[in-house]
Amino acid sequence: MELIKVEHLTKRFGDLVAVDDISFSIRKGEIFGFLGPNGAGKTTTLSILSTLLSPTEGSATVNGYDVLSQKADVRRSIGVVFQDPTLDEELTAWENMDIHRRLYGMKKSREKIDELLTLVELDNRKKQLVKNFSGGMKRRLEIARGLLHEPSILFLDEPTLGLDPQTRNHLWDYIRNMNREKQVTIILTTHYMDEAEKLSDRVAIIDRGRIIALDTPSALKERVGKSVIRIESSETERVKDKLARVDWLNNLSSHNGFVDVTLQNAEKRIVEVIKILNEVPIESVSLQVPTLEDVFLNYTGRTIREQEASVKDRMRQHRKVSR
Amino acid sequence: MSGMSAIYTIWYRNVLKYFRMKSRIIGSLGMPFFFLVIVGFGLNSAIAVPGMQVNYVEFIAPGIISMSILFSSMFSGVQLVIDKQIGFLKETLVAPVSRLHLMIGQTLGGATTAVMQGLLVFIISIAIGVGLPSFSGILISLVFMFLIGLSFTSVGIAFASRMEDTHGFQLIVNFVLFPVFFLSGALFPLDRIPDWLSFLTYIDPLTYGVEGIRYGMLADSQLNPLLCFAALSGFLVIVLLLGSFLFNKIKI
Ligand SMILES: Nc1ncnc2c1ncn2[C@@H]1O[C@H](COP(=O)(O)OP(=O)(O)O)[C@@H](O)[C@H]1O
Ligand SMILES: [Mg+2]
Repeated sequence: MELIKVEHLTKRFGDLVAVDDISFSIRKGEIFGFLGPNGAGKTTTLSILSTLLSPTEGSATVNGYDVLSQKADVRRSIGVVFQDPTLDEELTAWENMDIHRRLYGMKKSREKIDELLTLVELDNRKKQLVKNFSGGMKRRLEIARGLLHEPSILFLDEPTLGLDPQTRNHLWDYIRNMNREKQVTIILTTHYMDEAEKLSDRVAIIDRGRIIALDTPSALKERVGKSVIRIESSETERVKDKLARVDWLNNLSSHNGFVDVTLQNAEKRIVEVIKILNEVPIESVSLQVPTLEDVFLNYTGRTIREQEASVKDRMRQHRKVSR
Repeated sequence: MSGMSAIYTIWYRNVLKYFRMKSRIIGSLGMPFFFLVIVGFGLNSAIAVPGMQVNYVEFIAPGIISMSILFSSMFSGVQLVIDKQIGFLKETLVAPVSRLHLMIGQTLGGATTAVMQGLLVFIISIAIGVGLPSFSGILISLVFMFLIGLSFTSVGIAFASRMEDTHGFQLIVNFVLFPVFFLSGALFPLDRIPDWLSFLTYIDPLTYGVEGIRYGMLADSQLNPLLCFAALSGFLVIVLLLGSFLFNKIKI
């Protein structure tokens, strides 16, 4: 079942085309990732899907409701965690949840608030003012709040932006947990490769307002090349012989002391491959797996980091000009 | 139905935050207190209010109550800029409630806390010797206090809807709040003043609020209380419409 359907969506700000004729659909239960550099149009897309911006052209339905003509129904169907914080820091965690509950016209949900706060491990701090929370705690609170009215879809705009690696890992666990336990469909945006890859069932790579590729992370990576296990050995012929007998290994090549084994999901197969070679002397084994970065590079001719840098350059130049 | 709960929620947040900030409550009682005690008693013997059987402290008490409501409600309204900055506004805008209800909730919340502030000044003025009005007098005062609170919260929301940051606050205080207060006849009688000043006084909406409260508290006023009620209500309708219109146009 399709929970979100977007057709030929375009958003212009004056001359700037922030979102350029994109189409996609999202299935129930998915974690769907939008991966792209700053300024790619991720936030604009989410803002349109959450009815805060109207599209210039095209249409979108969320949970079967049109984002232009059925705003209230769309809003009831979604929970949103914006890129920038939206908590009232002068209130406690519990009060922030309580105000959300009231805004969504929910009657009794004291237990529900407690349950969600427990899920994000904030139940023992619920009486504290949010201004004393760390960045990760605030993010967790926002996620819990976004789920309070039991939306079918949760939007997470750059959920781990600015958090340290450990906190990010932790937050990923929460997000997976929510997806599984609450059966909530999740759309997240990110400009971190690893985040898109680890969390998403499918990833849309977006650049300059266009979706340039959309698939599962492994399928995307396969498009730009298979993964390779490179085995260094003094007896490459023996290595080749042994491996050639395995039916799922059929793409072997050797050159000056190395055997390259090209296959899918090499990272999962590498242990088996080494086991097969148990008596053959091996100097080293290395793994070359394409990343989503390679995918981005392949489609745009730039890496995401270069793209970010050039955006910053442009902004810097712009600032100079405007001075 | 869901509209009512949205209005109530926003109102509730305002009141909750008002009671939380005790230092702000006390802090904003400072100026009214000094006006009443120092200006009031300082000029008490020097000034006889023409045409009214009251002394100067009694005369300005309604004006000072109006002042505290004016400042407090305007401040509540422009708080919206801070909600924009901290992002909380987005949390309310993405909820399944209409902007009109959010705006009404904010207006009622701002007016409520402003009137509470006004009541504190009311109590202070009774404590320093202004006679306790009759029950109906208190009710009449309350009506005018609410009208002032609602009006100027709306004015604040209208301003805040067009502002991106708090830089404009000082401008509003100096070029809106102070003129509105000083021109309102809170501190001086309405007749025997130069024509130009008299003109400005009559177009100042707060004048009608001050006079209305005066009628309630002192059972005597220079303007007909019904006229005051009509003028202030008219002003309220205009600024409510303006505030809703501008609030509705806020882009995120
Ligand atoms: N309200 C706006 N007015 C004008 N330009 C905007 C506005 N919002 C976003 N943009 C521009 O649209 C482009 C896409 O922005 P955004 O959707 O925020 O990208 P992302 O979230 O992928 O970083 C950027 O070039 C940005 O400057
Ligand atoms: Mg963004």
